[in-house]
Amino acid sequence: MSTGASRTASREPRVATPSGIEVPTFVTAEQVRTDPGLPGEYPYTRGIFRDGYRGRTWTMRQYAGFGTAEESNERYHFLLEQGQTGLSVALDLPTQCGLDPLDPLAKQEIGKVGVSLSNLAEMETLFADIDLSRISTSFTINGTAAMIYAMYVACADKQGVPREKLTGTIQNDILKEYVARGTWIFPVKPSLRLIADTVLFSNRETPRFNPISIAGAHVRDAGCTAVEEMAYTLANGLAYVDELLARGGSIDDFAKRLSFFFYVHMDVFEEVCKFRAGRRIWARFMKERYGARDPKSQIFRFGVVCGGASLTAAQPYNNIVRVGIENLAAVLGGAQSIFTCAFDEAFQIPTEQSAEIALRTQQIVAHESGIASTVDPLGGSYYVEWLTDRMEEQILAVMREIDEYGGVVRAIEDGYIQLRIAERARERKQATDSGERIVVGVNRFRREDGAAGVSEIFTLDPKAADGIRAKYEAVLERRDAGAVSRTLSRLSDAAEKDRENLLPYLVACCHAYATVGEMVRTLVRHWGEFDEPVRL
Amino acid sequence: MSLKGKRILIAKPGLDGHDVGAKIIALALRDAGADVIYTGLRKSPEYIARVAVDEDVDAVGLSLLSGAHNELVKETLEKLREFDGEDIAIFVGGTIPEKDREFLRSLGVMGVYTSEMELEQVLRDVERALS
Repeated sequence: MSTGASRTASREPRVATPSGIEVPTFVTAEQVRTDPGLPGEYPYTRGIFRDGYRGRTWTMRQYAGFGTAEESNERYHFLLEQGQTGLSVALDLPTQCGLDPLDPLAKQEIGKVGVSLSNLAEMETLFADIDLSRISTSFTINGTAAMIYAMYVACADKQGVPREKLTGTIQNDILKEYVARGTWIFPVKPSLRLIADTVLFSNRETPRFNPISIAGAHVRDAGCTAVEEMAYTLANGLAYVDELLARGGSIDDFAKRLSFFFYVHMDVFEEVCKFRAGRRIWARFMKERYGARDPKSQIFRFGVVCGGASLTAAQPYNNIVRVGIENLAAVLGGAQSIFTCAFDEAFQIPTEQSAEIALRTQQIVAHESGIASTVDPLGGSYYVEWLTDRMEEQILAVMREIDEYGGVVRAIEDGYIQLRIAERARERKQATDSGERIVVGVNRFRREDGAAGVSEIFTLDPKAADGIRAKYEAVLERRDAGAVSRTLSRLSDAAEKDRENLLPYLVACCHAYATVGEMVRTLVRHWGEFDEPVRL
Repeated sequence: MSLKGKRILIAKPGLDGHDVGAKIIALALRDAGADVIYTGLRKSPEYIARVAVDEDVDAVGLSLLSGAHNELVKETLEKLREFDGEDIAIFVGGTIPEKDREFLRSLGVMGVYTSEMELEQVLRDVERALS
């Protein structure tokens, strides 16, 4: 061991958080400058509720789902019978990218990572005999979020469910798609319009629905630091706020329906302080810059996912411990909902057993650890308050840098943020390869014998894709072609007029069984497609 | 190590939007001296093969994480042959299960890489294959 030698060395090694904040050996009371205040009080550093998890524990939201609409419908019925009240819908890539099942680019991917929802008939199958007024549905959808949300509204109309009874969430965060997840379609500016239209329409027609979840998770997992994750996400959030205001929204109407989504990786205190700093920054922006008066408009609500890129394929059982630690950090950071990854997720579709362990991890943290008994138990710790201040400074510095570049829209159009993330990802990879960043089981304490590879990934029965294509063609046959072209041409006219909210037109298209691809192509004719910058 | 003078196309076939691996490799190849072109997302095998031939590259690196690698790699190779680009070396990276690696190699793929392999090792491998 070399520890003895380094202790006697004249200079102590530099210790820093993964975001590069130098960590002192210890922090003194004098170094803490900010009074964190009380939970449930502006600026909400210590949490958005006065009673923390006592009033309500966090939501344990596990993500799953694939196959055909029929299979998913069966699965939903099973889950609802088990007492689950929320459904989570994963969509296949063609639906996410606005391509109909017959599109040549869609060929290999129909029904593969989620269900194919090309038109209202598929959604009617998906929710057959499920009362939409009694469940909350979460759709992981971005590029075509407006169309899928419109389809959900049309589906409720058909069921006779009043729109105001609908609850659920769509991700609907396009800015991070350009940077990390890749399901963009239109250029940035018209995409922002579509998102603002969805949010404003939803606030009015489906007031209990969450029309956007602004996500840092994907850029984080792609390689950026915790500081950058929070900074990019807050900057994106502010860009949506600006667009909503520009399109006639009022801050105290829409801000209370904005929520956020992040990753939690392994550095416990950095993660906790990231959330404490994020709450404080958002509240200040909402109150001071935008004049939000309603406390609900100032609070920063967020969900998290624990795992992702912090998990390893080597020695996979170690991931159970990692997710447990991350789960702890998420609770100490005050998350409203938590998704814990299964330990085998780094290399296969989770098994029933690994999925159960992931859920049990949360239940053990919630019911046995005692950490949720009091709000923000770390509040007042010299280190935590000091690090919260440092994180806040650094997050604001990155946000300023984007501002100086010309704002997020320009930084994304130019590929500036994309390149920065690619460089960070490469730094992280090099730090792992060199051993500077220690990953147990990968570059330290490795076993040469048991290298786990990718053992299995989900492949859909090719017949299922044929079935989806056949159903799609049958809908095209059956629907009223006149109604389709009328509603699409009204959508086209509305797209021309910048002041028009497009959602009522999209809902009408869905009612006529126009397909997602048709709606997307109609809008592409006006707006064109995003010209992806491929800077290296 | 040097890949000086080598022209390499990094491509994302299919709809999968996970491009970190593709970009890490592209940056690493560039810094090792190669002339690197990156296609961006959502390209068809035909488009990729066309660009590879038009740009007269020595190698194409295909990055796939959606599970559609067997079909898309096969189709890219077929298109390359169709456009007289069969001398172009093909490498594949991504979430590739063990059993599919053999299959891809049997199609003529020079190397199959996953995210946990060291970058230096991947670069050495590519260099050897192209020398």
